[in-house]
Amino acid sequence: MMATIPLAMLQENREAVIVEVRGGMGLTRRLAEMGFTNETRVKVLHSAPPGPLLVMVRGSRIALGRGIAMKIMVNPVEGD
Amino acid sequence: MEKIRVALIGNPNVGKSQVFNNLTGGRAHVGNWPGKTVEKKEGTCVHKGVEMRIIDLPGTYSLTARSIDELIARDFIVEEKPDVVIDIVDASNLERNLYLTFQLLELGANVVIVLNKQDIAKSLGYEIDAKELSKLLEVPVIPTIATERIGMEELKDAVIEAARVKEKGRESIIHYGKPYDEIIPKIASILQRDKELSSKYPVRWLAIKILESDEEVLKLVSKSPVYDEVKLQLSEAKKILGEDIETALVEKRYSIISEVILPKAFKGARPLTLTDLLDKALLSKHLGIPIFLALWWALFRFTFDVSAPFSGLMDIFFSKLGEIASTYISDQQLASFVADGIFGGLGTVLTFLPPIYFLFLGLALLEDSGYLARAAFVMDRMMYKLGLHGRSFIPMLIGFGCNVPAVMATRTIDREEDRILTILVNPLMSCSARLPIYLLIGTAVLGVYAAAGTYSMYILGIALAILMALLFRRTIPYFKGKPSPLILELPLYAAPAIKTTLIHAWERGRVFLRKAGTIILLVIIAVWFLSNYPWEAVHQGEEVVIENSYVAMLGKILEPVFLPLGFNWMAAVALFFGFLAKEAVVGTFATMLGLGGEAEIGEVSTALQSAGVFTPLTGLAFMAFSLIYIPCMATVGIIHRETNSWKWTIFSVAYGLVLAYVVALTIVTFGRLVGFA
Repeated sequence: MMATIPLAMLQENREAVIVEVRGGMGLTRRLAEMGFTNETRVKVLHSAPPGPLLVMVRGSRIALGRGIAMKIMVNPVEGD
Repeated sequence: MEKIRVALIGNPNVGKSQVFNNLTGGRAHVGNWPGKTVEKKEGTCVHKGVEMRIIDLPGTYSLTARSIDELIARDFIVEEKPDVVIDIVDASNLERNLYLTFQLLELGANVVIVLNKQDIAKSLGYEIDAKELSKLLEVPVIPTIATERIGMEELKDAVIEAARVKEKGRESIIHYGKPYDEIIPKIASILQRDKELSSKYPVRWLAIKILESDEEVLKLVSKSPVYDEVKLQLSEAKKILGEDIETALVEKRYSIISEVILPKAFKGARPLTLTDLLDKALLSKHLGIPIFLALWWALFRFTFDVSAPFSGLMDIFFSKLGEIASTYISDQQLASFVADGIFGGLGTVLTFLPPIYFLFLGLALLEDSGYLARAAFVMDRMMYKLGLHGRSFIPMLIGFGCNVPAVMATRTIDREEDRILTILVNPLMSCSARLPIYLLIGTAVLGVYAAAGTYSMYILGIALAILMALLFRRTIPYFKGKPSPLILELPLYAAPAIKTTLIHAWERGRVFLRKAGTIILLVIIAVWFLSNYPWEAVHQGEEVVIENSYVAMLGKILEPVFLPLGFNWMAAVALFFGFLAKEAVVGTFATMLGLGGEAEIGEVSTALQSAGVFTPLTGLAFMAFSLIYIPCMATVGIIHRETNSWKWTIFSVAYGLVLAYVVALTIVTFGRLVGFA
């Protein structure tokens, strides 16, 4: 198991599993509704710091501001 | 005829407008939801002797009480109780789309699922078992390809059938497992005792929403005699489940979808698609912005080049009508009223229509193809730093052409605060109608610096827009805080459906005509009156002596106000007319200098120079003033229409005037200090 990192730090084309969404209640819920729930697998399709990220989650492509992606904590999936 | 009411709902980008247009034949009544700026579309569909009233609900991912869109959709389903709710689900994105479906089922809505975009799902290698899905969710599931009108007859049949059956009790098919399956019925049974409440709302749904601490539902229940009992249960539940029950329930719903529904009804891997390949280029760090600017430039040229001949034709047509009217009407006053007031006004309104139509056509093409969401992605970082939203960028760019469609284009910004802020600073983008003013004054008094002066106006506009956005964000409580962070779905790229796109553009044009158009027309008629009366004093034989008109009197009254800026009454009158439309400024100067409204800009410039209306310094100040104060009556009209608020409309006019005055005064004062005249 690799260390837990913010989604914003995950490199392009890497996959990870969400372990925690930090942030206000409103943000947590909104992200959850878009599919960012705990134990969900995500893949970073596009990431060009310091711009936003493009993340594949539950079959849809969601663009996330980097600030938000810092609040989503993930465990990278090894071997990808 | 039997009449039923049918609501359409779905996530954004599922092809909802296509289904709506297919059902209603594209004929829609477009209005606003009561008291909201959100658009409401309604149409009818007659099928097998049943008249279906189709109400298009806002596109939404969820039915919480957090955004206006969601609340409107939810309130409509809960309060108005439509006979059937058509839930449009994107077959190429089943998992996330079913989340909304679950919420509709919980709400006790009479749901018919449309499984749209079958073609795309197939091309991705997805296999969805519609029959199995229907069995699992206990509602009809109709596979469709709305872009090709496939499945529409089956959908209409299913809606009528569902309206007859009116099945209830599907709300309980979502099992949350322990301990929810004990807590939810317990709260529901307490609520059931309040007859008033339970006759109006599904109690199981209320119970779930109470667990989620939904503000609107808590407000509703707080009036109930059983409120104290409910509150006690809620705090008990929180002891077991923790504070954030809502997120836990969201997770539960998703896990039912991915663990119970999908394994039975869905097969398919996620291959690398064309979308991913295109995104590699279109979102790339180095190519993203150049591609965006190139596409925007193409859109801009398309809009204003293609529409220019149409606008020209409108103008010629109405001037001709005016001429004809004045030759046939013997009474001079009436002739002038018909020619300059009515036809002149109609001409002005309608010349705006072609650019609006073509702009929205181009914009809709970009949106339907999936690119517009990418543009927001590409521009997000820069705009966020400026206190604006990624999606604010397109309206700002459109503003260089015309502020009217630019203000309308802010509709793609979802949060109201961000949208209104974008609307407020948009008029500072120097629209094409302001260019002739810069050219006129520039050539008259700036000499070799005319081009530099003109260019500097554009830069000044951009700088002020940025400053104002930052200032409003910091000082006005309504805009406090950061722009809403980017959480935006990027849809798969797709070929736009031409018919839907055309209908969309036409609807926008109609909105402009109906709402903004009437205001513009009225004001133009008012100004016609002011500049032509008192009739005998103004019309001395063939000559028009504008100095004697009411508007000149107004100019003289305004003169002291503008004296610190070095503007005389003529400049004041020109600014007054410029309030209607910046196009009018050059013509106004021409008339006042005795040249007639059709004079060439070069002639006017020479006359302006010899009349000594401006010095280089006051000329520059006049240009800046023209840039900053509200661009035209049409913009005011559309700002009112889009903000649905007189407060913001008046604010935008007022701050524009104040800022214009302050900047012009600064230019003059500073210029004089360093020795210019």
